[in-house]
Amino acid sequence: MSLAPSLERPPQSQDYLWTLNFGPQHPATHTTLRIVLELDGERVVNAIPDIGYLHSGFEKIGEKLDYNQYVTVTDRMNYISPMANNVAWHHAVETLLGIELTPRCKYIRTIICELARISDHLLSTGAMGLDTGAFTFFLYAFYQREVIYDIFETLCGARFTNSYTRVGGVMHDITPQVIEKIRRFVKTFPATIDDLEKLLNRNRIFVDRTRQVGVLTKEEATNWSATGPVARASGVTRDLRKDEPYLAYADFDFQVCCATAGDCFARYYVRMAEMRESLRIIQQAIENLPSGPANIGVDERTTLPSKAQVYQTIEGTITHFELVMLNRGFTVPSEESYAAIEAPNGELGFYVVGDGSDVAYRARCRPPSFIHFSLFPKLIRGHTLSDVVAVLGSLNIIAAELDR
Amino acid sequence: MLDALKTRLGDAALSEFRGQSRAIVPRDDLASTMQWLKDDQGFDLLVDVTCVDYLSYRDAEHRFGLVYLLANTATNERLTIRVYLDEPDLAVPSMCDLWCGANWLEREVFDMFGIEFRGHPNLKRILMPEAFVAHPLRKDYPLQGRGERHNFPVLTREQA
Amino acid sequence: MAIEVPENVVVTKLDELASWCRKNSLWPMPFATACCGIELMATGASKHDLARFGAEVFRFSPRQCDLMIVAGRVVMKMLPVLQRIWQQMHEPKWCISMGACASTGGVFDTYAVVQGIDRFIPVDMYIPGCPPRPEQLIQAIIDLQDKIQREGTIRGAEFELASRQAPKRALVELPTYGRSAAMIGPGR
Ligand code: SF4
Repeated sequence: MSLAPSLERPPQSQDYLWTLNFGPQHPATHTTLRIVLELDGERVVNAIPDIGYLHSGFEKIGEKLDYNQYVTVTDRMNYISPMANNVAWHHAVETLLGIELTPRCKYIRTIICELARISDHLLSTGAMGLDTGAFTFFLYAFYQREVIYDIFETLCGARFTNSYTRVGGVMHDITPQVIEKIRRFVKTFPATIDDLEKLLNRNRIFVDRTRQVGVLTKEEATNWSATGPVARASGVTRDLRKDEPYLAYADFDFQVCCATAGDCFARYYVRMAEMRESLRIIQQAIENLPSGPANIGVDERTTLPSKAQVYQTIEGTITHFELVMLNRGFTVPSEESYAAIEAPNGELGFYVVGDGSDVAYRARCRPPSFIHFSLFPKLIRGHTLSDVVAVLGSLNIIAAELDR
Repeated sequence: MLDALKTRLGDAALSEFRGQSRAIVPRDDLASTMQWLKDDQGFDLLVDVTCVDYLSYRDAEHRFGLVYLLANTATNERLTIRVYLDEPDLAVPSMCDLWCGANWLEREVFDMFGIEFRGHPNLKRILMPEAFVAHPLRKDYPLQGRGERHNFPVLTREQA
Repeated sequence: MAIEVPENVVVTKLDELASWCRKNSLWPMPFATACCGIELMATGASKHDLARFGAEVFRFSPRQCDLMIVAGRVVMKMLPVLQRIWQQMHEPKWCISMGACASTGGVFDTYAVVQGIDRFIPVDMYIPGCPPRPEQLIQAIIDLQDKIQREGTIRGAEFELASRQAPKRALVELPTYGRSAAMIGPGR
């Protein structure tokens, strides 16, 4: 039974509190973060997060690598859904450059984004299950992640550091083999979700540990800048896929999943529901995949032309040289722009400042994990020590995105 | 919304790029403008706070540009507010009272650029260690750092 | 009349026995900081199943472990933690540096990332790749088992070799500035 999250006495009046160091190396932090907890018995009176244990200067590297190279670094940002990061980065760059993608490319990016969402939610709910004691759930979830890894590997050769997108297109077109694999995934995955839901949705232990724990109201969610599943579990209906349709999302029929309770269970529940919706999007996209080229044409001078074009047409050759030669590349306005996508974890945007060269002058990332983690002290206050892992798991904090 | 902003800030302060409206606000007006934007114009979501160091930017007139990205969740409007700052006076009012979410975002800007947010409840370094002295995202700080990353004792098999 | 058994016969056998025991029950301490940690999890999970090599008992307490797997980049703020955990592990202990970042800093040649943990703690195995595939990690563990079997002695004499003692790259070659109080103090 979850204890009522109330403090009868204000913390100052307690004779003594004891301090517990949670992390930076702790199994439930998944990666590296530290929380200093002040406890009154088992009740958490205060939590002071201490982050930066994985700060590796991502934004500084962004000022040294060019628009195409930096995609490799975005992979490492939210490493449980790297495809979404790739798409977010190049979405921002293309907004700055004013590039309109081909319909096929939009569809491909939509598909990989949604696959990334599924794999993210599988891991985040899986890890939440793991932390609250449901190991089986984790194994089921991880098995399906391997299937998605396999799809990505066939698509671009890497399991999860994909670096798949390029300015104005993708690394290379989606192949029939990949389509076949995605079709199979779409068919087999619902059974797994059913299993997963059966495992946890009515599981007494899990429900007791997550219901009424870490409650976030709708007003608070907006005021604290929360986005994505965390905000939607509190009743905020904002979803960039619907509200500011980018890529091909306007073409599909899907629903925004919301809950109103705002507790850990609601966040888990929203994620589970989102997986089903993602699957619907993938299904519609894969069946209606437009034909035509995946990359924008050679005249735009942004994507490398295919080898056939380079060897057989003069435009292709010229474009290739223009792009490959130093001090040429594509033209970038001296402007600043912000563009965001609905990443699995929330609004993931980049504020890109161009200065006319191939390299961004400033590549700021708006990291959802960072913003969600600042909610943590607020959510945990008054709950017990064992709720810490439940709340952490439900926020889905990815350290590399937290610290960058 | 844009018209109201225009009357408040003047034509010159507004600009648009790829459909994104942006406004330049003088630092002294920042607090009141933000309050007005939140209360009267419905910008209830602070999307991001960040900063750009224009040290080596062509034709730049100011050293730092502080950027606030706002969104209105009801109408899905977005607005970018920019404030220019110059050394040595790098202080702006904190937005923590308006949006709680500003807390960590401002701390990060302080950590990375050394901009001081007046009235911030807990303005400490957030990502870098406490004892660090530089502000790494400034343009005069080298990418490889100044050797801080090598500054640790070495453990050998014998000691362990 | 007692048979004079040269002392070293027994010791050699015992050494081998001890090494055999050690190599087949490695208890890893997953020091997973970043993306490589996900691959480490995948290695332990259903498809790749590290249990086949006797190294599946992940323990998060350094006192119980004898193999540290550093998966992911280690940054300035984390390095003192890493060193402290390494010191808390009991002898005999080994260290695998998993991935480009842990071994060399990888793509992150920046102010905050330590350019290879072997500058500061001893490392036995390096795994290339970004991230290494689970198969590579398994291979590294097999190689490490080999190494333990080949070199292991019951009193850990193999660690006394001068070559295993030295840090892999001398710190003296590297530029250090401002070793003053303003900088990060050494250790805790
Ligand atoms: S080696 Fe690659 S995958 Fe591993 S931690 Fe470094 S960046 Fe991540």
